[in-house]
Amino acid sequence: MWRALFGDPVRAFGVVSLLLLISLAIAPAKNYFSEWRHYQNQYLSLIRSRGDAVTLQRHLQGGIQQIWLPDLGVVDRCTTCHVGLKEPSLADVSTQPFRRHPVIPHKLDEFGCVVCHRGQGAATTVEEAHRSTLAWEQPILPARYIESSCGQCHRGALAGTPQLNLGRTLLARYGCVHCHTVKLPDGGTMRATDDPPSLSHIADMTTREWIYAWLRDPQAYAVSATMPNFRLSDPDTRDISAFLIANSTPMPGDTASLPPASKAPPDPTAAASLYGESFCASCHAVQNAAGNVVGGDVGPELTRVGNKVRPEWLQAWLRNPRGYDAETAMPHYRLNDQQVTLLSDYLEGKTDSDLLANVHLESATPEQIAHGKTLVAEYGCAACHEISGIKKPENFAPELTRIGSKPITQLIFLPGMSHTLPDYISAKIREPRSFGTALKMPQFSFAPAEVDALTTALLSLTDRSQSLPRALTVPSPQSSSYEPAGKAGKLMADLACFSCHAINGRGGDMAPDLTWEGSAVQRPWLQAFLKNPNTLRPALIRRMPRFNLSDSDINELTDYIMTVYQKPDVDRDSMPASGYPATQVEQGKQLFYAKYACQSCHIVDTKTDKGYIGPTLTQVGSRLNAAWIYNWLKNPQSLRPGAIEPNFNMSDDDARALTAFLMMQRNSGKQEAKK
Amino acid sequence: MTRPSLALFAIGLIVVMGSVGCKKSTSPSTLKPTALAVALVESSGGKQIGATGAVLSQPIVVQANDEQGNAVPGALVELSGPAGVSFDPSAGLTDSSGQFTTNVALGGMAGRYQITATTLTKTQTKVELKLEEIALGYQAQVGHQLDEKYCVRCHDPESTPERVSNYDNLETKPHAFTDGNTLNQMTDADLTAIIGHGGPALNKSALMPPYGYTLNKTDMQALIAYIRLVSDPLYQGSGMVYVQK
Repeated sequence: MWRALFGDPVRAFGVVSLLLLISLAIAPAKNYFSEWRHYQNQYLSLIRSRGDAVTLQRHLQGGIQQIWLPDLGVVDRCTTCHVGLKEPSLADVSTQPFRRHPVIPHKLDEFGCVVCHRGQGAATTVEEAHRSTLAWEQPILPARYIESSCGQCHRGALAGTPQLNLGRTLLARYGCVHCHTVKLPDGGTMRATDDPPSLSHIADMTTREWIYAWLRDPQAYAVSATMPNFRLSDPDTRDISAFLIANSTPMPGDTASLPPASKAPPDPTAAASLYGESFCASCHAVQNAAGNVVGGDVGPELTRVGNKVRPEWLQAWLRNPRGYDAETAMPHYRLNDQQVTLLSDYLEGKTDSDLLANVHLESATPEQIAHGKTLVAEYGCAACHEISGIKKPENFAPELTRIGSKPITQLIFLPGMSHTLPDYISAKIREPRSFGTALKMPQFSFAPAEVDALTTALLSLTDRSQSLPRALTVPSPQSSSYEPAGKAGKLMADLACFSCHAINGRGGDMAPDLTWEGSAVQRPWLQAFLKNPNTLRPALIRRMPRFNLSDSDINELTDYIMTVYQKPDVDRDSMPASGYPATQVEQGKQLFYAKYACQSCHIVDTKTDKGYIGPTLTQVGSRLNAAWIYNWLKNPQSLRPGAIEPNFNMSDDDARALTAFLMMQRNSGKQEAKK
Repeated sequence: MTRPSLALFAIGLIVVMGSVGCKKSTSPSTLKPTALAVALVESSGGKQIGATGAVLSQPIVVQANDEQGNAVPGALVELSGPAGVSFDPSAGLTDSSGQFTTNVALGGMAGRYQITATTLTKTQTKVELKLEEIALGYQAQVGHQLDEKYCVRCHDPESTPERVSNYDNLETKPHAFTDGNTLNQMTDADLTAIIGHGGPALNKSALMPPYGYTLNKTDMQALIAYIRLVSDPLYQGSGMVYVQK
């Protein structure tokens, strides 16, 4: 054989030349039979039969395509096979890789593909580009977590990414970030919003039996509780409850003692109506007979609160919550003794006889208390709760700042699990202890959609999100630490105005933003409203409660609001409160009912109008300032960003006429109410 | 103009694909039914609006019934859907109240997804229950948010304690966005006009105010994409005629 091929020089030369030729042909042949060429040919036969084949074919550029973006570190050749991404007429094509890209707010040429989809942009075969073959680290991100990619640059909430927004909210609301540090690229760290109570004085508030039942299963006490289940054994639960009670010190100055029980027959309807009038349900939820949790989520659920709190503590709390917790979101209602007793009796009646039925604890031994203390330190209770004598542990759980880029070689998977980062994260959230019974992470009770949302939020914490040039990121709105000054400021803190209202960027969104309230309203109306808040929007179930403020407190608040919360470019005196010519008022009425059809959302005449969306305007002339109404009509969003009343692009004359008509709406009933 | 309408043609296709791309992740052969039913009814979870690729917020719950309409525990229920849809779990036995609950993640393409639940009867014939779910892509998702903020209070007659509907208070009743018989007659230009300039732009009621100075063009396109996606019957864009040619 050898001799036959290389026997004489000529033949050997011929054979070697042939081999050389063949080896030279390998590269072009590989190129010719490459995967991407196959797809491009497939695309050509796909579009051939279409009406716009010529246009489509003209758009197609053969060969390897590349999007190169040095700023983002992107070298993407995905468009080599995904040739129809920018073709709107391919909307009916569902086979990959020829689908049109769905409408997004970014241009493919400016962001490339891997910034959102991950994968290996530089690869030119399906396997290498999409999956973790070879040494590649980044498989394609499954579509269900795609919103995580938006979160790399967009640090705040976005309208189009509800899942990411929910995930971020949950990370803060369920206190994940108490234990897991998440450093944000702008230098801060993610803050929790759950505000776990201090346990230093817990014996004032509750009993050891309740603590025991709560620790065993927080959701058995309140289904909406954010505290996770630590899956503690009976002895461990016994010892922790023993320690917490033994460790608790009486609240200094909290000498609340029950007035000698004036066991007047409790009036259930009066108590329930006081609970309703005080709008407790705006913040606190109660589970109804059907099992639905109804009410707000600012404060704790109260379904079984009678099992938890001691009557004397509850009365002191209702009298002034700030005595026990200076930072609480609960306002200081000025309730009288009778109201306090009424409410506390009512709340103490909210019990579940099963909850503590099987909890029988003998008095604790010093060993049990000492063991309890060890457990409290071990489980990191102090990462969330303030506990006297126990330091808040630093870096108690792994930092999650770059969890979204964690290489899968560093993860330990369970048998049978698919080896991807998203699956690992969601399994960890779903059942942390399945990765080892010795692990400390507790069991949360998230719904599947919530697990996905949390996974999405965590996957957004990538290396790229940390290293992006500042110019390419969209920061979240600055959180404000605005504090109103002086006596009024103290009063506003006492009344917890910021739990519901926002002012200058700080505060809740349950009630209207008050940043420009001083420009908007008339002083007498504000005083009357603070004295007895009546609702402006009939359809709302959450309303301003009555705080039983004294006249001097009301004057203090009114003065402050009327002088400080002024919008500089609204001149309160530029328009009169009354004295508009009748013709102008009549013209305004016409505009109100015909041209602008304001009655679809507002009520001026209670006999004919039914609009239920905007505030009732029957007394708007004695409530709002004329210049404010005018400016509002001209551009509602300039006064209150995000207001849902549309901007009508109204002419100055129309706005003036409507203002005249609205300023005439002063109901005489108003005067009677004030008296 | 043809863009959203074309997208809707794709949606039609997804529904058709339902029969093609069935996916079975767990082998149902390991589950042995202990009882047989004659009918499947939906308990909850149909007609949800979710996002592409995401798990629906509520699980699908179907109930197996016998001839008298009583619940049958222990019947084997299997679910299937178009390519990309996944179930957790995809098959199982009905519980003691005759119900089978599963979480559903929709596929990566925006559109309507038809989910089929099947069970075997005594005569070894299959009975089916069809449910429809809607997956919103980014654009329709934005539209959905805008709808929630500006439109639903009037355009959705359903009231909840948290959001009282204004529908009954209006003299001229607005059309629900699912009212395909009416809204499908309107072109994208019509919808843009009525959203931007209010009812009078199309000789309709002034109770519909203009949003052209409140929403920008992208917002309005998103809203229209959303309206087209949820309309019932399905919107068939004029663009498809051109595509089919």
